[in-house]
Amino acid sequence: MSTTEPTTESTTEHEIAIQELDRVTVRFAGDSGDGMQVTGSQFSQSTAVFGNDISTLPDYPAEIRAPAGSLPGVSGFQISFSSSPIYTPGDAPDVLVAMNPAALKRNVGDLVPGGAIIVNSDAFTPNNLAKAGYASNPLEDGSLKEYNVHEIPVTTLNARALEGLDMTAKQVDLTKNFFALGVMFWLFERSMEPTLAWLEEKYAKRPIFIEANKRALMAGYAFGETTEIFHTHYRVAPAKLRPGTYRNITGNEATALGFLTASQLAERNLFYSSYPITPASEILQQLSLYKNFGVKTFQAEDEIAAIGAAIGASYGGGLGLTGTSGPGMALKTEMVGLAVITELPLVIVDVQRAGPSTGMPTKTEQGDLFQALYGRNSDAPVPVVAPASPAECFDYAVEAWRLAIRHMTPVIYLSDSFLATGSEPWRIPELDELPDLKVANRTDPQGFYPYMRDPETLARPWAVPGTPGLEHRIGGLEKLDVLGSVSYDPDNHHRMSMLRAEKVARIANDIPPLEVFGPPEGDLLILGWGSTYGAIRSAVERLQGRGTSIAHAHLRYLNPFPANTGDVVRAYRKVLVPEVNMGQLLFVIRGTYLVDAVGFNLVRGKPFQISEIQMKAEQLLGDL
Amino acid sequence: MTDQKTPAIASDREPILLTKKDFVSDVDPRWCPGCGDYSILAQAQKAMPEFGYARENIVFISGIGCSGRFPYYMNTFGFHSIHGRAPTLATGLKASRPELMVWVITGDGDALSIGGNHILHSMRKNVDIKVVMFNNRIYGLTKGQVSPTSDYGQKTKTTPGGSINYPIHPLVVALAAEASFVARSVDTFPDHLQETITRAGKHKGSTFVEVLQNCNIFNDGAHREFTDRDVRDDRMIFLRHGEPMIFGKDRDRGIRLNGVRPEVVRLGNGITEEDLLVHDETSEDPTIHFMLARIYWPEFPVPVGVIRNVTRTTHDALLQGQVDDAIRREGRGDLRAALGGGETWTVER
Repeated sequence: MSTTEPTTESTTEHEIAIQELDRVTVRFAGDSGDGMQVTGSQFSQSTAVFGNDISTLPDYPAEIRAPAGSLPGVSGFQISFSSSPIYTPGDAPDVLVAMNPAALKRNVGDLVPGGAIIVNSDAFTPNNLAKAGYASNPLEDGSLKEYNVHEIPVTTLNARALEGLDMTAKQVDLTKNFFALGVMFWLFERSMEPTLAWLEEKYAKRPIFIEANKRALMAGYAFGETTEIFHTHYRVAPAKLRPGTYRNITGNEATALGFLTASQLAERNLFYSSYPITPASEILQQLSLYKNFGVKTFQAEDEIAAIGAAIGASYGGGLGLTGTSGPGMALKTEMVGLAVITELPLVIVDVQRAGPSTGMPTKTEQGDLFQALYGRNSDAPVPVVAPASPAECFDYAVEAWRLAIRHMTPVIYLSDSFLATGSEPWRIPELDELPDLKVANRTDPQGFYPYMRDPETLARPWAVPGTPGLEHRIGGLEKLDVLGSVSYDPDNHHRMSMLRAEKVARIANDIPPLEVFGPPEGDLLILGWGSTYGAIRSAVERLQGRGTSIAHAHLRYLNPFPANTGDVVRAYRKVLVPEVNMGQLLFVIRGTYLVDAVGFNLVRGKPFQISEIQMKAEQLLGDL
Repeated sequence: MTDQKTPAIASDREPILLTKKDFVSDVDPRWCPGCGDYSILAQAQKAMPEFGYARENIVFISGIGCSGRFPYYMNTFGFHSIHGRAPTLATGLKASRPELMVWVITGDGDALSIGGNHILHSMRKNVDIKVVMFNNRIYGLTKGQVSPTSDYGQKTKTTPGGSINYPIHPLVVALAAEASFVARSVDTFPDHLQETITRAGKHKGSTFVEVLQNCNIFNDGAHREFTDRDVRDDRMIFLRHGEPMIFGKDRDRGIRLNGVRPEVVRLGNGITEEDLLVHDETSEDPTIHFMLARIYWPEFPVPVGVIRNVTRTTHDALLQGQVDDAIRREGRGDLRAALGGGETWTVER
């Protein structure tokens, strides 16, 4: 917690100090049945509405319900909030809310020295301590003495607050996370209103749950206000964000909204076809709510069917969209090739997760870049875009469609688990800020050939069934240039391979140049892509503050690269490429531009910390 | 209804007159001389004018195999996709463009081996696509490997010691997958084949037609034992809705139930038509349909014709219905409202 002047004011009968802070990072941790994700997202919502800049990171186990009280069953949600712009959910939490011994054990090591711990002391029973592998009770054995520990008998106090309600003991117990949330709302001066409104909506048909959670929340808040265990509460002033209307948004929500928007801008119906897979399933769930926009969703029998149906929809003139994660991408591979050779617009979403194979389904990774760029038989070039933050997912979902339609090509959109489930404030765009995505279908049979090309983009015409006079056949067999009939001619195959490559390469003329944050030349460039943006940007800002010659460039287009990428990477003495993979962009950059870039690669299923990037950069600068 | 002008009403245009010739593309078919596929193509081209669809509103989608070439020869829209996956493209196309007539052309390997999953799910979802599966019981395009419908013990290039696998019964699969129209015909029965294709085309919903087709190069005579002209009447049964299950050159034999088992009986000696099963293709209960899909030569005559034909709302209609309902209930979607949904706050200048 970075602090400014402490002040004191009298609130209740107690003297409570108010401390002004720039930035705070809180982690909620509990059993996966304890509702930590709901608690975290409600705290985030109130904090965003309050006007702080926020960044969040949920961390949950793949098992829906691992054994209660066990270490694998611990679910966490981290939020960082600040009075100035921030880019990451924070390296180390300042405050840990631990609902049981397992949650404490799993998370206490991440806490800043002297950080605050709020525990549900009722959960520290011999049984739970044993399940968490504690030989003695850490609340009593002095092992937490370097932290500021607040013990609250949450279970007991909460049960008392709910007395008289017609609920089972189990149901009562399920609301204790809202007691903890109430305490945190008091501690950080958050409003309870957004959560109360959310409860009214969520449990509209179960009024007793509204009442129960409301009582739990208010009891927690009142506990904070009246108890003497907290001597301070904390104030983080609103951040100065760009003027506009904001909402808090996760990457998957922004992605779904981006695709909806693309269909409205293109004036074509969206057809989203997908097979459930973590962490992409929310996109299918959310798009299924937009039926009154003409959006049709299709839960296919498998990953291959999902992309096949999307290609069918695009062939018919709609926006055929499919989404998955790495293992599903592998299955879709042959179909992506079909979309390449038939030159149909299509967007394939890959919300990356840790692999190979099933890997760690709920953990983040950037390991599918090679798969996106090269994972097909033969030469099958596909444009690849990758948003850098949860809010940016919106922009690149629209952009993916702009490229797909304008250039008649499948486009791969690479998100990842960190972006998909993390959240941040998103400035809601005005409709007139958005690009025009309208293109016309071919309707004139005069002079029509299926593989004739636009001289500028090399795109072939979108000639959809139902258009009189345009009856023609396409497919996976090589086509004769222009005419589109099947061809095994050697020179034609070479020419068509060159045309497919050139068509994608020319997209470089249709995208913005790579921007550099910092000096246009100097000692060190950190080049990133995707969700490493926040950690890199924060580290670079810190080092620039110390007068170092360091810059940051972040690629949103991985194929083709922006036209100036070579110039940018050659303008620094050293280039560092941090990635949550074993060095995939690094390999491409070195191979493409012949620069001696170095990698920084940590594949732990979690995002980089700012300090890690900073240390690596300092080390490289020190070697110069 | 061969090459005569047939009046037809296009779905969205002036009444049009189309003939078989209108559906012949400018590409010369390239199957082996004598291949059964030529006949299937000819009967399909003859049947097309019956449906009243303009050519541009008809789409043929195929997978890989000899059958996969079919779309090139139809003067309609066509998509030669990848192995086994034609039903997936057809599903997406039909879902987003319900006004189109969508055919899937496939083979025994394409539909029942690599593409088995897609057949199951497109049928059970009652996607309004017409699947025509050419069953030659061999992989022909790859030159003679065992297929999922090849006989147990059959020697092929990949089973020199004889196939150790039991063959799949395609129509049983189609019924198990809840296809709403299931039929069988034979490449060498032009009139029956044309009639079957015509009925398939007129059905609304998931349609599965097995065409017993001869590969004269790699599996010649696979169906000959019962399809040859001189034996077919005795070894096959031509199903007609509402008629008793009678067969034989002299129409002297039939199928009846003995307990829960079918048996072939000779009429006379106290056995009359009254004792025979009467074909009911519209029966919701599929028990007899399963029986008809399963019985085969030499134990039984091979049934051909429409086995099942039931009415269910199609996938595309249900999907469109949900869209229409949502628009009726909530009004056309307002993008501004969708973007600004949930809790928002404003940062002032």
